[in-house]
Amino acid sequence: MKIAVCIKQVPGIKDVDIDPKTGVLMRSGVRSKMNPYDLFAIETAMRLKTRMCAEVTALTMGPPQAESVIREAYMMGVDNGYILTDRKFAGSDVLATSYTLAEGLAKLGKFQLIICGKQTTDGDTAQVGPAMAEHLGIPHVSWVSKIVEIDESGIVVEQNMEESYEVVRIEYPCLITVNKDIYTPRLPSYVEMKKTGERPVNVLNYTSFDGKGAERFGLSGSPTQVEKVFRPENNPERVVWEGNDSENTEKLFNLLKEKKFI
Amino acid sequence: MAELFIDGNICTLCGKCIDVCPFNALEMKDEVSVNAACRMCGLCIKACPEKAIEIKETRKSVDKTKWNGFLVYAEFFDGKLHPVTIELIGISKKLAAKVNMPVFCLIAGYGVEQTAAELLEYGVDGVFVYDDERLRNFAVDSYANVLEKQINETKPSVVLIGGTSIGRSLAPRLSTRFRTGLTADCTTLDIKENSDLIQIRPAFGGNIMARIITPYTRPQFATVRYKVMDRAEKGTIKGKIFRKPVSDEMVDSSIEVLKIRKKESTVSITESDILVVAGQGVKDRDDLYMIIELAEKLGGEYAVTRPMVEKGWADYTRQIGLSGRTVKPKLIITCGVSGAIQFTSCMNAADTIVAINSDPKAPIFGIAHYGIVGDIYNIVPAFTRMLEGA
Repeated sequence: MKIAVCIKQVPGIKDVDIDPKTGVLMRSGVRSKMNPYDLFAIETAMRLKTRMCAEVTALTMGPPQAESVIREAYMMGVDNGYILTDRKFAGSDVLATSYTLAEGLAKLGKFQLIICGKQTTDGDTAQVGPAMAEHLGIPHVSWVSKIVEIDESGIVVEQNMEESYEVVRIEYPCLITVNKDIYTPRLPSYVEMKKTGERPVNVLNYTSFDGKGAERFGLSGSPTQVEKVFRPENNPERVVWEGNDSENTEKLFNLLKEKKFI
Repeated sequence: MAELFIDGNICTLCGKCIDVCPFNALEMKDEVSVNAACRMCGLCIKACPEKAIEIKETRKSVDKTKWNGFLVYAEFFDGKLHPVTIELIGISKKLAAKVNMPVFCLIAGYGVEQTAAELLEYGVDGVFVYDDERLRNFAVDSYANVLEKQINETKPSVVLIGGTSIGRSLAPRLSTRFRTGLTADCTTLDIKENSDLIQIRPAFGGNIMARIITPYTRPQFATVRYKVMDRAEKGTIKGKIFRKPVSDEMVDSSIEVLKIRKKESTVSITESDILVVAGQGVKDRDDLYMIIELAEKLGGEYAVTRPMVEKGWADYTRQIGLSGRTVKPKLIITCGVSGAIQFTSCMNAADTIVAINSDPKAPIFGIAHYGIVGDIYNIVPAFTRMLEGA
């Protein structure tokens, strides 16, 4: 059995901000890291690897330095790792990103099961997983919180919906996106790090997809366009109380009383 | 093909573009070159004093006049309509009036007739009804087929879907199928005269909002979370019910629902009028108790930010933010919350926002109506005692 895990490098929180005076985007010193939800996807793949004697491949897309998330995946026991990186992929929105990842997966062979984290902490859209499934023409189940059963032809999972849990069976090939309550991710292991230190992170780029039209990738393949970025507006009528905590507590009490919350 | 183009004949190698690039995507080699980190934000274009940088774009747009109207996906699950539907109708009617377009709903499920009739009361121009026993349970492949068929028939300019567990699974399949744009969890929507939907949402994982459009393709997909838009008002009925056939191919699903277990009635922070929120200023798990106590004394619920859930201090059903819930209470008091945009964009519609934080520069003070710069460990317990005495 072949399992793929799709992962992403994301900025640390507040990595990008806008200078309030000049309106220019600024970067701060917070380092990039693996999208935290992807750790649950890798852990799920590793559990299923043991159960099904599966081979696990991790795939990411991003600038060359994003290969560090593949290294991290190696340290958690993933067998193969690939990074999709090319200037032609720059400016990809959900459609172009999911297309590129889906083409990457198709290139790497037939995977029975593809696992993604439920969303990333930078885009927070939760769209790329389902969109990839659509490109590949396979079904998907989002928000998986438990693997109930797995066999040679399909998988039974519990899906965490807003007001209910649904147990569903889905046949291979398929894609699932997993929640954080699925398993506790293992820590990257020193032994694995020693073992995999020399293992290369394979690179795929635009030329790997010979014959695929350039109009499907990067900015060209992205139907959405960011017209403008801006800092959220501050509330102009705000009141700020500084100074003595107990005086301010009293002010708060009086305010809420006046507004009839008390 | 579209790409960032730097004209080497004009470029003076001044490096200003490299300085402003937030993504480290520009490098100085023999000339300035662009790497794969570029997100096409365009800041370098503005920064270049020589106007040597441009985005070359040769794409053609579809004929936008052939795509007309708003289609709202009316989410029917577990025997009832999701209330986000009425909010989506509300914003659709407002925007559709600006560009003189009709508003339609699509409802799919089993036993949805009565709900479909109720939708007409909100003044929509028509409701497409796919009522079939094989649609009783939600399977993303079948439901996507149903919507695909209706979109092909109606050719709407805009399709709005609730940012729910179901909607966020369904919408990306459809936008991909139509090779068009989808903007998730929009916090503000507007429309241009040329029918381009203006979609605003937090972006780039920072403290930034982005205005996003889908200028070349149709339909334009967007999801909006519950409690973001205002509900539609009931009015005179002018629309019609359209009963639609469900074919075998449409419901040929490879997903089989085996069992549904209702969640035990969990407290819903989205429905509470008063919320007290614990952020990272709460230093110890045991200290969360003072927040819970204050919430109880005010007759509200307590909620938390993402780091609190990541630490395992609270259940994620109590989390406010893009990876949690959106709330719109009458009163919200944030305690030790710095105010990252992933949080504030999901609570800034509250009627009254009170923020308590020790850092006067915390972004939460930008959106709070009343800010208290101070120590939550002094203020929260003292305030709770005052409430006890009241």
